[in-house]
Amino acid sequence: MDHLPQLVAEARAAIESAEDVQSLDEVRVRYLGKKGEITALLKGLGKLPAEERPKAGEQINDAKQVLSDELEARKKHLQDAELNARLAQERIDVTLPGRGEPTGGLHPVTRTLERIESLFAHIGFDVAVGPELEDDYHNFEALNIPAHHPARGMADTFYFDASRLLRTHTSPVQVRTMKEQAPPIRIVCPGRVYRSDSDLTHTPMFHQVEGLLVDEDVSFADLKGTIEDFLKAFFERESLSVRFRPSYFPFTEPSAEVDIQCVMCGGDGCRVCSHSGWLEVMGCGMVHPEVFRHSGIDAERYTGFAFGMGAERLTMLRYGVNDLRLFFENDLRFLRQFG
Amino acid sequence: MKFSETWLRHWVSPDWTTQALADHITMAGLEVDAIAPVAGAFDGVVIAEVVDKQPHPSADKLNVCHVDDGGDEPVQVVCGAPNVAVGQKVPFARVNATLPGDFKIKKAKLRGVESRGMICSASELELEEGTSDGIWVLPPTAPVGDGLRDWLALDDHAIEVDLTPNRGDCLSLKGMAREVGVLSRLPLNEPEISVVTPKNQETFPVRVEAPAQCPRYAGRVIRGVDLAAETPLWMTERLRRSGIRAIDPIVDVTNYVMLELGQPMHAFDLARLQDGIVVREARGDERLTLLDGQDIALRDGTLIIADAHRPLAIAGVMGGEASGVNANTQDIFLESAFFSPLAVAGQARSYGLHTDASHRFERGVDPQLTQVALERATQLLLEIVGGEPGPVTEVASPDHLPLGCSVTLRRARLDQCLSLVIADDDVVDILSRLGMHVDVVAEGWRVKVPSWRFDIALEEDLIEELARIHGYDRIPVRRPAARLKLSAADETRQPLSRLRRHLVARGYQEAITYSFVAPELQETLTPGAIAPALANPISADMSVMRASLLPGLVKAMMHNLNRQQPRVRLFETGLVFRGELDDLEQVSMLGGIICGPRHPEGWSATRERVDFFDLKGDLESLLALTHRPDAWRFEAGEHPGLHPGQTARIICDGRPVGWVGALHPGVRAELGLKTGAFVFELELEAATQGLLPAFEPLSRHPEVRRDLALVVKDDVPVMALMDAMRDQAGEWLVDLRLFDVYQGEGIEKGHKSLALGLTWQHPSRTLNDDEINQLVDAIVGEAKSRFAAVLRS
Repeated sequence: MDHLPQLVAEARAAIESAEDVQSLDEVRVRYLGKKGEITALLKGLGKLPAEERPKAGEQINDAKQVLSDELEARKKHLQDAELNARLAQERIDVTLPGRGEPTGGLHPVTRTLERIESLFAHIGFDVAVGPELEDDYHNFEALNIPAHHPARGMADTFYFDASRLLRTHTSPVQVRTMKEQAPPIRIVCPGRVYRSDSDLTHTPMFHQVEGLLVDEDVSFADLKGTIEDFLKAFFERESLSVRFRPSYFPFTEPSAEVDIQCVMCGGDGCRVCSHSGWLEVMGCGMVHPEVFRHSGIDAERYTGFAFGMGAERLTMLRYGVNDLRLFFENDLRFLRQFG
Repeated sequence: MKFSETWLRHWVSPDWTTQALADHITMAGLEVDAIAPVAGAFDGVVIAEVVDKQPHPSADKLNVCHVDDGGDEPVQVVCGAPNVAVGQKVPFARVNATLPGDFKIKKAKLRGVESRGMICSASELELEEGTSDGIWVLPPTAPVGDGLRDWLALDDHAIEVDLTPNRGDCLSLKGMAREVGVLSRLPLNEPEISVVTPKNQETFPVRVEAPAQCPRYAGRVIRGVDLAAETPLWMTERLRRSGIRAIDPIVDVTNYVMLELGQPMHAFDLARLQDGIVVREARGDERLTLLDGQDIALRDGTLIIADAHRPLAIAGVMGGEASGVNANTQDIFLESAFFSPLAVAGQARSYGLHTDASHRFERGVDPQLTQVALERATQLLLEIVGGEPGPVTEVASPDHLPLGCSVTLRRARLDQCLSLVIADDDVVDILSRLGMHVDVVAEGWRVKVPSWRFDIALEEDLIEELARIHGYDRIPVRRPAARLKLSAADETRQPLSRLRRHLVARGYQEAITYSFVAPELQETLTPGAIAPALANPISADMSVMRASLLPGLVKAMMHNLNRQQPRVRLFETGLVFRGELDDLEQVSMLGGIICGPRHPEGWSATRERVDFFDLKGDLESLLALTHRPDAWRFEAGEHPGLHPGQTARIICDGRPVGWVGALHPGVRAELGLKTGAFVFELELEAATQGLLPAFEPLSRHPEVRRDLALVVKDDVPVMALMDAMRDQAGEWLVDLRLFDVYQGEGIEKGHKSLALGLTWQHPSRTLNDDEINQLVDAIVGEAKSRFAAVLRS
């Protein structure tokens, strides 16, 4: 018993100097194990006089508790150290780039078309599509552009023979839809169109979105509201100025060109708007009764409006693209900017 | 239509600035394209008379002149122009004058001789483009000492209006003035046109054989014209400011009347006409040499002006050289006619021509203008070239004359269409100022449309007139009202946007390539493909429609490879055009192309290049969106543009719908393409049609897995083997996968070892070993008998 303090001191020193969990455990066994030295003292209590036993037992148990706590503490310390060492070893440079396929991207014109479709879908417009190689009837006749009409000179048409051509606008889809579907009709028709024109500001192929709404009591005021809302939403500018300028399309009457305040200079005048402060962005009008007649819709009962816009132009204005021809070169350095 | 603002203001002059005038015109639907000053910015330029001219003592090409600029004594000026001569009236820039470009005139010494000012050319004052031949010689009546700017009213603007094709009536000052008069509610100040009294009774016979095409033809003889006379400066200035060059007094007058009133006219040299004018269709093999020197073969049916022997002019388009007025002309026959728009439409273009006359006749010239214009031109000609006019000969066919229709405009319809009520008085005022005769009737108005408005035939046309004059900006803004009706949406259809986004997520950039391609490239990539060819392509390399997306994609890939972009992944969707024109299919396709390294260059990437299975994997992943794994198969196939050993047909529900494969090395060589490239193309419809997910209960019982290693000959298609295995594997097979393909040591040459994992699971009980062993035996037996497979130990 007398050497208990000595024993505790030794054990503490051994705990202190154990450098890993395993040697620490050996220390535990040596002192506190079944055959350990402290355990042996407990076992030897019976040899003491009865009056000394409680006190001695208490002292030994205290010592055991102390050592047990210290063992635990040391073990925790050693485990932490080991974990820290492993963590330190497993450190990686998290700033290295990740592995795998980088994301691609949609063509900017698709981006614009999808955006326009979605804006109109919110107010109940469906998407309609049609053939690109069209006939004279759907591209011209049915849209009130008879042969030799001066308006045929407005768009230079690609022909295959006397009656077949590449559509010069997506308006034929309107005609096809009106022939198949009874009012009310609300559609947008996105797609490729073709005109034999190629210079800095024209490509022989481009994209249009045509819209059509036919119902009872549709007025020019409805057209104005729809177009204004659309343009403000498209450019995300609530205060965008929009003006309707009388114009002429054979398939609408009255007709209008729509100008917006230049989105580049805010209307102050710049190169993009030819210093006018206005940008022409689309054409529109009330559906011409002759078009209704061709489509078999009663023009007395129904009225409607139609509008058409060039997707490349809107894309250029929206994202600041300054060269139309980039759209069809498919240069990855260009395409990636819209991913 | 280009015109001088000052000229317009002679007709009607609202209290608007130039810009405001232009804005009003634009907002009425006549879009002003440009407003340009008619002369450069200069001051200090006066009219002077050359009073002396001596050769420069030390320069051959210079003269020392003295000019009288209205000052106390003549001013000495050195002039290099070859045409300077004593007695001329010239524009003279005094010392301290400013010429265009902020060029200050100073006292100077030229080769030792003092020069105090500058005699100007028209181009130096920016009255003419390019460089003038010499100094500008003014008419003798020009008042010496007066400022040139004021004398010529050069503080004027040329306003250019881009007219829509329906507004032929505005192709004249009269027409533009009428619009401005309506917009400003001002009356017009029309030039006085009186009937010229004939000086003799000489006529030239006119016969109209095509009255429908030429309902009115008028003409008159003028004897003894003096072509040496000069067109007055006021007229050439008005022409110049309207974009028309002065030619000779007769042409100048006809052009002037065309600009003023809108009636194109033509003058023939009477001496060169034989026996009378005949208006008829061309027939046989007639030819005509036009005024511009072009010799053309006339097509049957083209309306022409002829004499008894030969064609003289294409009616309403251009005159002929042989009958035209020239410097020796003494007597003329002046023509003013109404040709119907349909008779002229398309004619000019079909001969590759476009003239001021055809432009107007195609759009419609006022048929009531024929004689008025003839009188106006006669009056002006007499003032300039003199001569003795005969009486007017007119041949008219009233039945064919379009003299304006009558249209009923209903108040209710007007209000409905515009959601706006325009007061009765305004309706009548606007329509009346536009030249319409308006009667009030019960439901609204009965409107007689004037003869110059070829674009008004319907109620809607009148509504547009009212709306544009009243102002589109005054029409209210409203939103369409509609019933909130849900429409059905087919959930089994994959939206195209979903497919696109899937490819985008797998690293593809979307391309948009032209729908027309170079026939050679198409033939190289898809030999034998038939697609329609354009009759009027813009260039040879865009002359046939694409029968496949491959030409466009390959071209786009090469564009990028040529710009240091070695790793390309592109896709495109769009129509292809297959077959002859009469048997054409326009099919929506989805195509893609990849080339270059499998991974973008990076610290952890390998340098392997893409192969067939990269692309096939992308496709399988895409097609998995349809939830129809059993519908899709890839079978070895042959495509003339693709590598015969690395090409698969894509089969959907047993139907071939596309291709995937490596570009044929021969094709690559032809294109000069060094890198391998892999392409696919499939019908979009197949990829869009999916299945509705159908739930199957999850089994609570354990899976059983068995792996087999089978050695087969190289040419055994794995898919066929796996199909056969699947057939033998019973209904509880839930997965069959190939997890290794091995060739090399331990495997006989020409063979491959396939490691296959089979997994079974029963929905309601645990499978026992005996059952599985039986299935495995059956599978191995089938593999042995059908594919000579050997189970590898």
